[in-house]
Amino acid sequence: MIFLDHFLNGLSLGSIYAIIALGYTMVYGIAKMLNFAHGDVIMVGAYIAFCGMQYWGFPPVAAILVAMLVCTVLGITIEGLAYRPLRQAASLAVLITAIGMSYLLQNAALMIWGANPKSFPRTFINDGSIRIGSLNLGVSTVITILTSVVIMIALTLFTSRTRMGKAMRCVSEDRGAAELMGINVNRTISVTFAIGSALAAVAGVLLCSSYPILQPTTGSMPGIKAFTAAVFGGIGSIPGAMLGGVLLGIIEIFGRAYISTELGDAIVFAVLIIVLLVKPAGLLGKPMREKV
Amino acid sequence: MTKAKRNRLIYNLVTFALVIAAYVILQNMIGAKTITRSLKGQLVPICAWIIMAVSLNLVIGFSGELSLGHAGFMSIGAYTGAIISGWLLNAFDMQDTTLRLVLAIVAGGIIAGIMGLLIGIPVLRLRGDYLAIVTLAFGEIIRSLVNVLYVGVADGSLCFSFLENRIPETAVMLVDGAKGAVKVKPISTFTAGFILVLITLVIVLNLVNSRAGRAIQATRDNRIAAESMGVSVTKYKMMAFVTAAMLAGMAGALYGLNSSTVVPTQFTFNQSINVLVFVVLGGLGNVLGSVISAAFLTVLPEVLREFADYRMLVYAVVLILVMIFTNNPLIRSLVDRALNPVRSLFRKSTAEGGDRP
Repeated sequence: MIFLDHFLNGLSLGSIYAIIALGYTMVYGIAKMLNFAHGDVIMVGAYIAFCGMQYWGFPPVAAILVAMLVCTVLGITIEGLAYRPLRQAASLAVLITAIGMSYLLQNAALMIWGANPKSFPRTFINDGSIRIGSLNLGVSTVITILTSVVIMIALTLFTSRTRMGKAMRCVSEDRGAAELMGINVNRTISVTFAIGSALAAVAGVLLCSSYPILQPTTGSMPGIKAFTAAVFGGIGSIPGAMLGGVLLGIIEIFGRAYISTELGDAIVFAVLIIVLLVKPAGLLGKPMREKV
Repeated sequence: MTKAKRNRLIYNLVTFALVIAAYVILQNMIGAKTITRSLKGQLVPICAWIIMAVSLNLVIGFSGELSLGHAGFMSIGAYTGAIISGWLLNAFDMQDTTLRLVLAIVAGGIIAGIMGLLIGIPVLRLRGDYLAIVTLAFGEIIRSLVNVLYVGVADGSLCFSFLENRIPETAVMLVDGAKGAVKVKPISTFTAGFILVLITLVIVLNLVNSRAGRAIQATRDNRIAAESMGVSVTKYKMMAFVTAAMLAGMAGALYGLNSSTVVPTQFTFNQSINVLVFVVLGGLGNVLGSVISAAFLTVLPEVLREFADYRMLVYAVVLILVMIFTNNPLIRSLVDRALNPVRSLFRKSTAEGGDRP
């Protein structure tokens, strides 16, 4: 039973990683950049939802929608102001800019909301539990897993069926050719950031529902781990991000439970290093060939 | 002597002259007691951060790889230094602080260098963003491992214990898990830091101006072209990485032995970013720039206490702006055009001494 408990906890944590990893993987696939600030967008989303419920008296659903809206705008703004001027620059420059952006968000949050951790309110997401036989399932676990499944199905449909989704796939395949075919590359990248950031807000709310401590650094560690998950599953691949996230969540919870609580993070990162050595393209990724 | 060679020589001489002049002035100020207390306390950390910045510049500026785990090497050096110094004192009753400091720094450098080699073997097979994230991961792994490390001296020998404290009661504790290295005797001196800065500059400037250094820069500029010219990319990237790790370890030992405790939270990801800011502001590939920006930005928060809250915010904005201004072709050409009249004034007199070596 304890084993099953850990497994479900891992699945729930993994689903959150998966939602965050989707944002990383889409941006990486299309803009070919590691958006380091993605983890901090999660934190902003969680803070907005928190403020919505605690101070502005919104019902939970409205607060989540507002958080998604704010994060969408934030994502588009970040992309337009900081990343777009560097579209042609070397990847090192873009990465340093992204790190700067992550720092900016964290410190801005520190100024606005202070360093004291806030405890996330209880909502319909994390209230109560469901009993199935002898198994006690937390509502948050169920909602988290269901949300991530819905998001993945929706994203898969979006990228395969809609015009914008197809444009995204074109840009990720060959940006130059896509531009020649009349695809507006800048707009496509903006939409990608918008979707990724809206998902980050959802992930932020789910994360803080399961682990209700909210502070300016809340997003950075899950962000890095979710990137690990995206790499694990094969960066650029949507099912890969899902698979990688879930596996990583399960590995982390089992590692904490059966090996050592203190070394949970170290185990996760060791997995990343092993994966990159054995299969650099990730579980479901396609190996990239370098053209001269 | 070709013009490029002469420029390089001038650049190196200016670098050394500035560092030595700064040391002489500060020593005189200490002698005349005109130095403020806070600045005096900052002297050793300034030396340590200069070494960190110069060594990270070797990795980022010259070999073109972004390492985000530099603070991890610093923490290895700090811990090794504290352990070795405590061991020598407790087991061999070595009272000579200079010798202890030298041995601790050398040990810190060696252990960090070995770790750099071990980490570099897997990491340097990766490229670009992956390398950045894996060095970050290594920094975090080192931090979590150090958090559960216990070291003590019993009967003249070191005992190590991991995850839980199994050091015998009679032993003198040197490293106590999350509490860090405890009861460290502060033995670092400004002169030691200054000599270490000089050694770092000699190593780095000689390396980048040597055949190996040109190979390192070739792998940065075009990996494939360098490879097809017979340059072993992994070997040269490794050379830069391990040298930087070793120097960071030495800086760590110097830094750790400057205060009475070393705690794991001193060497987080944030510190790696701090050093990255020094390097970026000083100019990628500009050693003198790193020295100046590291010294300046370490002193600055002490001077501007009332702005301490905004410091990191300003750092972040500056980091983004510097990147956009130096890398956006449009803005760059505008800046170049604006600076051209100023540059032509200097061109005759100084022969571009401040440009990239």
